[in-house]
Amino acid sequence: MLFVPGNNPGMMSDAHIYGSDALMFDLEDSVTLREKDAARLLVYHALRTIHYGECERVVRVNPLNTPYGKADIEAMVAAGAEVIRLPKTETAQDIFDTEAEIERAEQKFGIPIGQTRMMAAIEGALGVVNAYAIATASPRLVAIALGAEDYCANLKTSRSLEGSELFFARGAIVVAARAAGIDCIDTVYSDVNNEEQLVKETQAIKQLGFDGKSVINPRQIKPVHRVFTPTHEEIGKAQRILAASQEAAARGSGVVALDGKMIDRPVVLRAQRTLELAYASRAVFEEEEL
Amino acid sequence: MTRDQDFYAALTHLSKTAYVPGENKRLYDKDISPLKNRMARENKIVESLEKAVELSGLRNGMTISFHHHFRDGDHIVNMVMDTLARMGFRDLRLAPSSLSDVHAPLIQHIKNGVISHIETSGCRGALAKAVSQGLMDEPMVFRSHGGRAAAIEEDEIHIDVAFLGASSCDPFGNANGYSREGEEKSMCGSLGYARVDAQYADNVIVLTDNIVGYPNVPFGISQRLVDYIVCVDDVGDASKIMTGATRFSTNPHDLMIAETTSNVIVHSGYFYDGFSLQTGSGGASLAVTRFLREAMLEKNIHASFALGGITGAMVKLLEEGLVRRLLDVQSFDLDAAQSLKNNRFHQQIDANYYANPYRRGAAVNQLDVVVLSALEVDTSFNVNVLTGSDGVIRGAVGGHPDTAAGAALSVVVCPLMRGRMPSVRERVNTIVTPGDTVDVLVTDQGIAVNPKRPEVKERLEKAHLKVTSIEELAYRAERITGKPDLLPFGDKIVGVCTYRDGSVLDLIRNIT
Repeated sequence: MLFVPGNNPGMMSDAHIYGSDALMFDLEDSVTLREKDAARLLVYHALRTIHYGECERVVRVNPLNTPYGKADIEAMVAAGAEVIRLPKTETAQDIFDTEAEIERAEQKFGIPIGQTRMMAAIEGALGVVNAYAIATASPRLVAIALGAEDYCANLKTSRSLEGSELFFARGAIVVAARAAGIDCIDTVYSDVNNEEQLVKETQAIKQLGFDGKSVINPRQIKPVHRVFTPTHEEIGKAQRILAASQEAAARGSGVVALDGKMIDRPVVLRAQRTLELAYASRAVFEEEEL
Repeated sequence: MTRDQDFYAALTHLSKTAYVPGENKRLYDKDISPLKNRMARENKIVESLEKAVELSGLRNGMTISFHHHFRDGDHIVNMVMDTLARMGFRDLRLAPSSLSDVHAPLIQHIKNGVISHIETSGCRGALAKAVSQGLMDEPMVFRSHGGRAAAIEEDEIHIDVAFLGASSCDPFGNANGYSREGEEKSMCGSLGYARVDAQYADNVIVLTDNIVGYPNVPFGISQRLVDYIVCVDDVGDASKIMTGATRFSTNPHDLMIAETTSNVIVHSGYFYDGFSLQTGSGGASLAVTRFLREAMLEKNIHASFALGGITGAMVKLLEEGLVRRLLDVQSFDLDAAQSLKNNRFHQQIDANYYANPYRRGAAVNQLDVVVLSALEVDTSFNVNVLTGSDGVIRGAVGGHPDTAAGAALSVVVCPLMRGRMPSVRERVNTIVTPGDTVDVLVTDQGIAVNPKRPEVKERLEKAHLKVTSIEELAYRAERITGKPDLLPFGDKIVGVCTYRDGSVLDLIRNIT
């Protein structure tokens, strides 16, 4: 998911060409107070004018306790944003309130109720403690994400290279997302010139169970994709596991075996996920013989 | 005796006069003085530019020429024109291989009637703007590098006197774009465009700031072609002639276009061991070379040669053995110039060899792939590299139409929009390269393949590259930028853009 400042028309006009899975237009922290209105209008027109192709369009709105939150939500729902991202989510109530605003806007503009989905960013200790309640607060919610900078400030610590200060929050968010059956997205890595560390961090959060990572520069997209894209060996193995599983099912047998080893159901599920990722990352294409 | 007579009878073209010492006045007498003395006495060095001009027999109305290898650091054109103006010349016709920002002082010479006509490949800066506003009575004629070489060879352009700057020259006229003796004051590498002028001009004056020992070989320009040599303080501003090796772009936008272009080449059907290529200069095309290098390494593919304006990035491929030979008509950076000087597989070629459309062996005709930039492309694939979105002249034809026509696959690269202006549109301002010679357009928002090349489109689609129609690209651009207002063109024709054979491609009108 690529962050795009909501006050930069140049970046907005071609944000989709770099191959990120989602774009997050930001009306919140990257826009100064003086430009809130202009950015809202700009993102509204961008969403209505520019063909963003296969990129999912997410807008980070200002919190409802600011003078801009309501207007942001109304404009973005009207513009047809696919996902509204709520920043600094602390409790399930934040989600309820936002959902109510979204629904009101959907009614107003004749958009099918429930079409606009939601994403919650957890950026403080209270949010982490409430992660599961937040994750299950609305059927619109498709993902929760970690916002590390605010979280670290809230925790009275700072970000380190190895990320030990984020360990608990990351674990809590992955577990909450999995328990709720939604996705979890990791925070940004802000040093755009340090690709090596970006890759290390991405490998670490992938291992923790995250589904993806936020990026602030198009140059970060490729390294992140490389980490998340299954290797040819992994794809090959997954294909063989699925083939064996299908064969077992055809035989009516509950026991799947490959190379003389028994394969558990979790292994089959993981193989399925590997192939889904492979399709999503275009490591293989649907029409190709598998 | 009869036998001798029979022998002579067969050789009717011999004069049959016996050798008499000293009889033939056309022969030089044997000179027994040491080389150093002869060099001092019999060289072609003339004490001043004025003297050389006088000796050349230049008259009003004649055609003079220059080369553009010193680019924006050039001092020669302005120096010579100031001198000719002082000497009282009028109505001179200029045929430089190109002009740039630094040539703004020509405006005054045009106003004063010293210059009446200009034929060039390009024009930039204040001079270009003034010409666009109608400065000259006769329209400026634009020719491609190949087209110029052909016009000179066919005597469509007859050069009376060529003023050619050189980074080094020996006392008999062997001239180079670098020096092998000590440190050169200035360096431009190849003298490819100047070599045509040297060959066909009636009189050739070499201007240099660095006289070196005889013989200055291997030479860019042969002593055989040079009449006079003038020593000047400096031929140019070294820092503007050559930039150091250009750094690779880190702009994600440029990188993305470059990577797509490299992928297009790899899957085009023309990427095989022994293929040939030309890439231009500038951030994006340097990056293309870098991405292509990775693909060549990965697939163990080598290029037989790379052509054209040569960059340091291409030199690196030569040194790594990925490209076997370089044919260099113009060296774009210091690394390229150094390599031309030091690597014998880096060959200097002239504009005739490079791109003359009437030469069967012209190097552009041996190209598999060329990567070209564009200011504008239209839905018929016509390309403009000469006039800006404001209608003002601001570029150069260069080798664009030559390479597009010569290469088996021409790939034009440009962003879909520049700021608020669409680069892909219904009609370009000025047609420089006709669309029927352009095969693929790569933009940041998708690839379009000329309908004339369905097989290329099929190959790219098979490789899962994002191929769309050029109309769709133009539509996408216009959706964001809106339709630009019509430009305020006047009725006066200020420029004529010719094709490689001298036929007229398009006219440029004045901007009011």
